[in-house]
Order: sequence, then C-alpha cells, then structure tokens
Amino acid sequence: MNVERRRPVPASLAGVTTSRRGQSPAAFDAPVKVAVDGLNFYYGTKRALDGISIQIRSNLVTALIGPSGCGKSTFLRTLNRMNDIIPDTRVEGTVLIDDQSIYESRVDVVQLRRRVGMVFQKSNPFPKSIFENVAYGLRINGLVKTRAELEGRVEESLQQAAIWEEVKDRLQESALALSGGQQQRLCIARALAIRPEILLMDEPASALDPIATQRIEELIYELKKKYTIVIVTHNMQQAARVSDQTAFFWLGRLVEFDRTDKIFTAPAEKLTEDYVTGRCG
Amino acid sequence: MSTRTLEWIVERVLLLCALLSVLTTAGIIGVLAVETFAFLRVVPVLDFLTGTEWTPLFSSQKFGVLPLIAGTMLVSAIAMVVALPMGLLSAVYLSEYAPNNLRRVVKPILEILAGVPTVVYGYFALTFVTPMLQQVFPTLSGFNALSPGLVMGLMIMPLVSSLSEDAMQAVPRGLREGSYALGATRMQTALKVVVPAAFSGITAAFILAVSRAIGETMIVAIAAGQQPRLTGNPFVPIETMTAYIVQVSLGDTPQGTIEYRTIFAVGMLLFVMTFGLNLISTWLRERFREEYA
Ligand SMILES: Nc1ncnc2c1ncn2[C@@H]1O[C@H](COP(=O)(O)OP(=O)(O)OP(=O)(O)O)[C@@H](O)[C@H]1O
Ligand SMILES: [Mg+2]
Repeated sequence: MNVERRRPVPASLAGVTTSRRGQSPAAFDAPVKVAVDGLNFYYGTKRALDGISIQIRSNLVTALIGPSGCGKSTFLRTLNRMNDIIPDTRVEGTVLIDDQSIYESRVDVVQLRRRVGMVFQKSNPFPKSIFENVAYGLRINGLVKTRAELEGRVEESLQQAAIWEEVKDRLQESALALSGGQQQRLCIARALAIRPEILLMDEPASALDPIATQRIEELIYELKKKYTIVIVTHNMQQAARVSDQTAFFWLGRLVEFDRTDKIFTAPAEKLTEDYVTGRCG
Repeated sequence: MSTRTLEWIVERVLLLCALLSVLTTAGIIGVLAVETFAFLRVVPVLDFLTGTEWTPLFSSQKFGVLPLIAGTMLVSAIAMVVALPMGLLSAVYLSEYAPNNLRRVVKPILEILAGVPTVVYGYFALTFVTPMLQQVFPTLSGFNALSPGLVMGLMIMPLVSSLSEDAMQAVPRGLREGSYALGATRMQTALKVVVPAAFSGITAAFILAVSRAIGETMIVAIAAGQQPRLTGNPFVPIETMTAYIVQVSLGDTPQGTIEYRTIFAVGMLLFVMTFGLNLISTWLRERFREEYA
C-alpha cells in the first residue's frame, strides 16, 4: 500500500474526521488479534472473496466499507465460521486468531463462536422473552451457576447495550414486541452476555433512526476498551466516527486498509477516494 | 366456437364441480343430523353420552357410548405415543441435520408411506404385529388395542414428520444463525430455538395426527376386535367408534330401526370431534403463518 502518495483532502470530507468524538489515541501497535492471509471464499463456483490479507489489532475498531455485494458480510462471517452452515461453500487461505488457525479440522467451532461474537445485519431476536434472549447464551454454555448470577449477567449485558432502562420493567415480555432499534440493541446485549473477545457487527445501525444510531456508536466506543470490534457499515460518516482502521472492499478484493483518518483524508488508491467521496459505488 | 364461449363453458363446469363437492358434504351432514335427531328422540342425549354400556345389538339394549369413546381414545393414545415423538424427532433430523439431497429423497418416501392403503396396515397389525407381541406378552388377546395402536402410530408418523418439518423449515435462517453465533450446538439450536419457534405449526401437526387417529377405521376394525368395553387395558379386545360403524354397516341390521340409527349418532359424534380438532389445527397454522410472514 502506498501511503506516501498524498492527495488533497476532498472538501466533502474535510469535516468528517474532525467530528470524531475526542477518541483516545488508538494503539496502532497493539498485538494482532486476527491475521488473515490469502483468503478466498466461494459460494458454489462463484468466488466472493479474492485473496484477502489483513491484520486486525486488539482493542481497535476496524470498519469494513465498500459497495453492496462486495463481500463485507461474507468476510465477516469467515471470522467466526458462520459460513460453514451455508451448504456448498468453500474457504481457502488462513485465518489466525491469537495465532491459532481457526479452519483446522481439530478446531471446536462452538468454542470459536463463543470467543467471536456476532451481531447480524438483520436483527434476529429469538421469539422468546427479553430476559430469555440474553440468558440463552449463558445457559447453553453453562456460564452461570445460580439464578442470581444469571440475572446479574443479563442486567449487566442489557446495561452495556444501553437498553436496560427501556426494558427493565418488561423483561418477561416477548422480544418481538420491541422496536427495530431496541431489537438490535437486544441482539448486541445477547452477544455481549457471553463475553466474547471479538465482536463482529454487520451494519448494526442500518435500520435505526439517528438517535438509536448514535447510542450504538457510543456503545461501540465504550466497548472497544474490552473487545476487538469489526464493524461493517455503509455510512461513511459512521465509519469515520467510530473506527480506528478502515478496510475498503471492492468486488471481493481488499483494495485498501489503513488508519481511518488516512482512508478518509488521503487514500492511496483512486478507487478508495472515489468511493469515500461518493463518486461511485 | 369462440374462445369466449369456451371460457364461459369451462368456468361453469369448474363451478359445478366445486358446488358438487360442497353439496355432497352438506348432504352428508344433513343426513347425519336428521338420523341423529331421530335417534335422540328415543335415547335421551345424556344417557347416550354418559352411559357405560353399549349393547344396541343385544336384546337388552343399552346405548351408552362411553365404551366406544374409551376404545377410540385408548388406540389413539397408543398411536400418539408412537407417532408424536418419532415424528418430531425425524422432523428435527430432516430439517436440521440431513443434507439437502437426503431430504429431497426422504420426504417423498414419507409421503408415499402415508399413501399405503390402511387395510394393509390392518392386516399387518393382525397377522404380524399381534403374534410378535404375543411372544413378549403371552396374555395378549388375538384382538387388542395395543397392536393396532402401534401400527396406527407408524402409519401416522410420516404425517407428523412431514408437517412438523414444514413448520421448522419456515423458521427463518437468521434465528438459527443467531443461536450458532452464541456458541450453540446443532442439537441446542434445534431443540431450544427452532422447535419453540415452530411451536404452533408443530402443535397443529400433532392435532391433525390425533384427529387422523380418531377417524382411522380399517386398522381397528381388523385388529382391535368388536367388543365395546370401558377399559384402559390395551391387552384385551375393544371396539372403537369407527369399528362399530363398520360392524353395523356390514351386518344385516334393518334400516330405520333404532339399532341402525346408532351408527349415525356415533358418526355425528365422530364428525364433531374430528371437525373440532381440525379447526383448532387450521387456526394454529394460520397463526403460525402470521408469526413469520
Ligand atoms: N448464501 C449465498 N449464496 C450465494 N451467493 C451469495 C450468498 N450470500 C452472498 N452471496 C454473494 O456473495 C457476494 C458478496 O455478498 P455479501 O453479502 O458478502 O456482500 P456485502 O458486501 O455484505 O453486501 P451488502 O452491503 O449488500 O450487505 C454477493 O455477490 C452475493 O450475491
Ligand atoms: Mg452485508
């Protein structure tokens, strides 16, 4: 990647980076959490990812941007092997998490997914009560011993996902009765309850109003102290606001990966600049 | 002839066919109702529904239908003990475990099984299952509730399996992914997320199965005996409502007599029971459709 080749800052983005909420200086030299090398992914014979190599560091927020259909979700789902359950798919290349390959046959997928949590593009609460939605992961993984502990963890997770105040009096009501934005935060709470190390978020705010979106962004900012976060977003301002590093995908390839301020102010590739300034895609 | 005239004729013919089936059903219900009324003018309805002896064909006539209901319930219960768990488990397997191409092969086979004439199952129960069971339970009579119950369970299982599998397939993939993403195994996902999410559809399948068992005729007429008996013992001969109707229909009971009218009264009862169950089942399935529309 050629970071030397500077371009004048596009006017439309001049304000974007300054609007980032006084982020703590990101530790760009943090240890590598996820190391992906030469990753190809196929749906049947259709290649959806083409030679992706990227290193994602601990306690940073990494944004994935790119036009619809470029493979952002597919890439995200290779990190917790969620694509395994789609029939007739194939992976090539290596994905290391904490230096352990996750695609070896001896890897316990259940364990992996417990460490790598995921919030889906389309919110998918279970048709159970609000409480049971969050308790589910704790129960099936046997993470709590007593009822009191369970209730404590459920409350803590709902607090973290900034939804506790809205639901604390109706924990036994069906989760399907919540609004779209509340459902999405419930899904975040559900993912946080089992305390993963890495949190994958696929457009967590795509269906939300600006206020709910802002809450989720604040949440991400809060969460990165504890978690390594990878977030897919179509919203350039959002990527600029919440992320430390940004990866730009195009037709299944990783075009550019760099610090977020670089991507938005001085991208190395013409394609990246055209995309982030809205000239294409 | 112009295409418009042709269209007109086709439309009328189709309408006639539709009307014919509606009219037939209405006619059946009408006859049932008329004959049942005639019957109930002689036998008080309370005696009919609460009497514990059923001997219309003997000289000392008693018209208590409870023994027939008990026979029907006993055989149906045995059938359900077989059909519901096995049907549900095979649905879980087909929907959550089986690879797509296996499912594509197995489902039609299940549906073919459901199409085997029930008389075949009846003789299977009488001439194969009963003797086999007698090896294990020497006290088992040649006619009994156990053997037809078990065979009926096997017969109904594919229905339960197929309908439950449909309900589980209708559960959106996103819910399964949500469960897997939290570190759930396949079994946990199937039993704790998919089955509860498909609950009303599965219940509808179960109710339909019960209604099918209650209405089933050939197996019990052949293998359960013809002795109305108020009992819960599956080893002795009994008689179900359906088997009684067959017995009288095939016998030489003169038309218009009270004995003859019993079959309409029993038929009416049967109709009300299965119709009620089918209504509940349909209602549940509608509800399910709304949940994940
Ligand atoms: N289950 C699937 N089977 C076959 N092809 C798929 C499947 N899911 C995605 N694809 C294809 O893979 C490519 C990448 O899809 P992906 O969902 O990763 O894109 P995306 O970048 O997340 O898009 P969006 O921004 O619209 O969510 C697309 O061309 C898509 O059609
Ligand atoms: Mg996507």
